[in-house]
Amino acid sequence: MFDKMAETPAAWLSGQGEEALVVLSTRIRLARNVAGCRYPTTADTDTRKRIISYFDSVVTRTSSLSEGQYCKATDIDNLDRDFLVERHLISPVFLNGDLSKAVLIGRNEQLSIMVNEEDHLRIQALSSGLDPQGAFDLAMKYEGEIGRHLEYDYDRDFGFLTACPTNAGTGMRASVLIHLPGLVLTRDIDKVISRITRSGLIVRGFYGEGSDVLGNLFQVSNQNTLGLSEADIISRITKVTREIIEEEAKARNRLDDEAADMIEDKIWRAYGILKHARVLTSEEVMNLLSAVRLGHAMKIIDFLDVALINEILLLSQPAHLQKYYKTEMDQSRRDFVRAQMVRQKLRKVGP
Amino acid sequence: MNMLCQDCNKREAQVHLTQIVNNEKVSLSLCKECAAARGFHSPLDNVPFPLAEILSGLVHPGPEVEKVPPKEELTCTACGLTFTQFTRQGRFGCGECYNAFRSRLEVIMRKIHGASLHRGRNPEYDKIDQQASMPIREEERLSQELEKAIADEDFERAAELRDKLKTVREKLAVEETSKG
Repeated sequence: MFDKMAETPAAWLSGQGEEALVVLSTRIRLARNVAGCRYPTTADTDTRKRIISYFDSVVTRTSSLSEGQYCKATDIDNLDRDFLVERHLISPVFLNGDLSKAVLIGRNEQLSIMVNEEDHLRIQALSSGLDPQGAFDLAMKYEGEIGRHLEYDYDRDFGFLTACPTNAGTGMRASVLIHLPGLVLTRDIDKVISRITRSGLIVRGFYGEGSDVLGNLFQVSNQNTLGLSEADIISRITKVTREIIEEEAKARNRLDDEAADMIEDKIWRAYGILKHARVLTSEEVMNLLSAVRLGHAMKIIDFLDVALINEILLLSQPAHLQKYYKTEMDQSRRDFVRAQMVRQKLRKVGP
Repeated sequence: MNMLCQDCNKREAQVHLTQIVNNEKVSLSLCKECAAARGFHSPLDNVPFPLAEILSGLVHPGPEVEKVPPKEELTCTACGLTFTQFTRQGRFGCGECYNAFRSRLEVIMRKIHGASLHRGRNPEYDKIDQQASMPIREEERLSQELEKAIADEDFERAAELRDKLKTVREKLAVEETSKG
């Protein structure tokens, strides 16, 4: 399954849209539950199956949904599962445990709906660059269409009800994936993070071995879903993301003023390794691509585009690599093939 | 010496992260296995929330709260989940649980969200006057609901709302003072 998808880059990583040099993608997720039914984690299999059959009939009756790819969890093998996780279409925990679950993937992969994740429905819209409003409008369109057929759990005090109290209210999580190498290199990142968290947003970096943030990628998202409107969440995350982008720009200018040679060297070394290495782990590719992405944004490397950098980032993830080469591989084989893929992608461009 | 994972206390902690939740710092240091178990997968994933830490803070409150006598157990009539179970697992069993635990959720929601009333869209959004769904101040909305409850002679609800209104007004007063 999903072989065709594996051959095409994900639309939400197209490198298009506002602030695409710094912001990779925007995601809006809405959690909804069907009124009167136990939540998936405590429901028995019959109830979970009933939820799926409700959703089946919604899909059949809604043309914008029926043109998507709708699959039951039992039809998705392990490799496809990892593939969908890497592509942000399902959550990592979605296919654990009981398999009375289903997922609908919209055309262009801008939409995915998980049935029986932690909540009955998780409606998610993805968009390239900084685009919370666009992603929100898309998610709401489908939320509205499904809501014509299914009654959502709703309470006058607590809004849309969700399995976890952290999602109640709007049921809405907006998140932005952002690349902040400048702030990491100038060591201003902690200062910026602690300032942002005071405005009700969470910034999270993922730390690999040692103290470096993998790929200098951070996720900014709203922490609160109750007590503020959807429009508040959108304007807050947009405003704060723009502030971070500004801080990042300042940091890059400082690097350019104070350590231009060092930065240029770091960027070209990264490019050189990607271009010539014979063995590359996915973590290594993430970190090297971060330097190359910075080089592109600072106009030090002028022959690459963001779409290609994003494509390599996605294809170097383990399941993507195996889907791309249509064969299952163990880790050491993958590291070898990954380096080959990266060389091949970079062969067509630049020195 | 290396730091041990705070979940399993066996393996070395390799994943470190700090979140600030409503001005309280929550730090996690986990090994790769326990991080994965908590849903930390890769930097491209969703942000997990330190809910367990918050709810356990409620169950084991600081010394100033300990004077309050233990409350009676609440149970959801629809799915049978008890309030104690809820604080342990951090998940509701069904929508009715919100009703069953309503009297204790206000505090929890304030801890998590800094607010306890929904101000976003509602499912009737398309059917009713759009003005009605515009965000309004919590105090204003509570007063309106209180008036309505009294008019409807729903006194249980009215008492509940009156308590909430009191909490909100006290909070506002504190904010006013700290500004001045």
